Amino acid sequence: MSRTRTERLVNLVICLLSTRRFLTAAQIAATVPGYEHDPEDPKDHEAFQRKFERDKAELRDLGVPLEIGTASVFDNEPGYRIAHREYALPDILLEPDEAAAVGIAARLWQHAGLAAAASSGLAKLRAAGVEVDPQATLGVEPVVTVDPAFAPLAAAARDRRAVTFSYRRPESDEPATRRLEPWGVVLFQGRWYVVGHDRDRRATRSFRLSRIVGNVRLTGRTGAFTPPTGVDLISHVATFSAPVPHNGSATVTVRAGRGAGLRRWATSVVPGTDSDQLTIPYADVERLAATLVGYGADVRADGPPELREAVIQQLKEVVARHDRIAAAGAR
Amino acid sequence: MTPQQRGVPPRASADRLGRLLNLVPYLLARPGIAVADAAAGLDITERQLREDLELLWVCGLPGYGPGDLIDMALDGDRVTITYDAGINRPLRLTQDEALALVVALRMLAETPGTGSRDAIERALAKIENAAGDQADAPVTVQLPAGDGKLDAIRAATGRRHALRLTYYTATRDETTDRVVDPMRVLMVGGKGYLEAWCRRAEATRLFRVDRIDAFTELDEPAAPPPQAVPHDVTEGVFRPAADLPLVTLRVGRGSRWITEYYPVEDVRTEGDEWLVRMRVTDLGWAQRLLIGVGPDVTVVGPPELVERIRAQAGAALDQYAAPPRAAAGTDG
Repeated sequence: MSRTRTERLVNLVICLLSTRRFLTAAQIAATVPGYEHDPEDPKDHEAFQRKFERDKAELRDLGVPLEIGTASVFDNEPGYRIAHREYALPDILLEPDEAAAVGIAARLWQHAGLAAAASSGLAKLRAAGVEVDPQATLGVEPVVTVDPAFAPLAAAARDRRAVTFSYRRPESDEPATRRLEPWGVVLFQGRWYVVGHDRDRRATRSFRLSRIVGNVRLTGRTGAFTPPTGVDLISHVATFSAPVPHNGSATVTVRAGRGAGLRRWATSVVPGTDSDQLTIPYADVERLAATLVGYGADVRADGPPELREAVIQQLKEVVARHDRIAAAGAR
Repeated sequence: MTPQQRGVPPRASADRLGRLLNLVPYLLARPGIAVADAAAGLDITERQLREDLELLWVCGLPGYGPGDLIDMALDGDRVTITYDAGINRPLRLTQDEALALVVALRMLAETPGTGSRDAIERALAKIENAAGDQADAPVTVQLPAGDGKLDAIRAATGRRHALRLTYYTATRDETTDRVVDPMRVLMVGGKGYLEAWCRRAEATRLFRVDRIDAFTELDEPAAPPPQAVPHDVTEGVFRPAADLPLVTLRVGRGSRWITEYYPVEDVRTEGDEWLVRMRVTDLGWAQRLLIGVGPDVTVVGPPELVERIRAQAGAALDQYAAPPRAAAGTDG
């Protein structure tokens, strides 16, 4: 940006901060350097208006709270000012350990836009007098990554605007269009989800952000819906992730020196000459069978009978499926 | 949508104006600060700072006379703002700034093993307060609860001692002991990792904390060598190198989820099935993992893996030819 423009904008902000009365565009043009023009000349005036519009947009983009009101009771013409109390960051006093936490938090973002936002936020805090030790560390660094859909969904949830997006589950062949009133975004077990009211299914739904294809579109007005009070977002995501009780007990023979992964789950290991016998708790027969099958001939399921049967069955299927492939390859 | 919500950095013009509006209060809070220190604190060059000060010097209240303009005293290399023309406080936090700080702090608060949850939560409360209703960030984070192990490893890493680990390497299905020089502890995708120089492998490694079955803090100091470079984990922990073996699978609808859990090279649809190619560090691991996924997965390449799977499954089946044995302690 040209230095002249920057100067003009700084002076505009100072001017609007200093006035109690609303100033019209004409008054601003007459006061702040850089807006000189001939109001009688239509082209000149239009150029000024465009310049002023761009400048106002610049201030809004930066988050400067531009207040609009009428300059006088006789006038419909809009006037502008900035209320210092709205403009200013409130007083904030951070203890050294709190400041360190904020400094560390600001560094964690791995997403370009939010990293920049964290950085500029931190810069404002320092301008308020907060000192942040750049060497501070808490010993564990969470790596903060988000899917692209995060920012628009968080904004939509905050503004209570509905969204539309394309969603693809791996089991489906085509993505489907979904319409949602988003209540909030959740991080659970390392994955991001959005939870809200699905307008088509007319029920609460949660969606994995990584399955959203393309852009999230914000539709309709702000404040279009009200989320239920005291909603526990995590519970809507965690319903399928509750820990499952491991009530079964399997007896498995494992070749000596092999099956390290299985041995870690064993509640008891009885050593033998060429092999050891393990006792392994399990929740689901088919899932344990599949795990055992992965260990091939290093492992034999001894009991219970339903586990043995499941392993035998799965092994037969593995042989059959891969027999065909090997045969096809041999031709 | 703001530029930041779109994931792009703001334009240079907004940058400079924002920086200038920040500069006056920054210096106001630090009278007599050396220009070099201020530039370092603001993350700009000294030259840029001097240019910024020159620009501010001709800005001020309407009238723009001597008493209206921003004024500063430059004493040698030290600067003090003597008149601020009204910009004595930084601008309030924008929605994006509040969101970025609040979410990162919430993550930090939930991260097990930091030992500073209290300070983080106090900071979070103050930031939310300062951001006002901008901080109404509808973002909840839950990270898996620590089991004390992460905390202990973090503490040992902080004391900068070498560690002896008993570690289960899933790719080779082996539990081995090794001495490592800790570098840092990370949480990625909800799992804790110790990044350390492994003396055995002579390389930097990421050790998953839930696979560290035991560890001992040694007396000798941690001394990662200069070639111990931290991993870039922005794309996740496992980033397959292009020279790793490529495995091809045919996957039924019920097992398509594996493409969400492991990085895949590419996916082609073949009717109802997907043909998935993925890189693996070890063919043995691929066998254990992929066959263990379930009946919907068939390995179709490389041929040596297919043959191995078939042979192993056949040999495993032979074990069941005899009737089941009973007692414990008998050999296989």
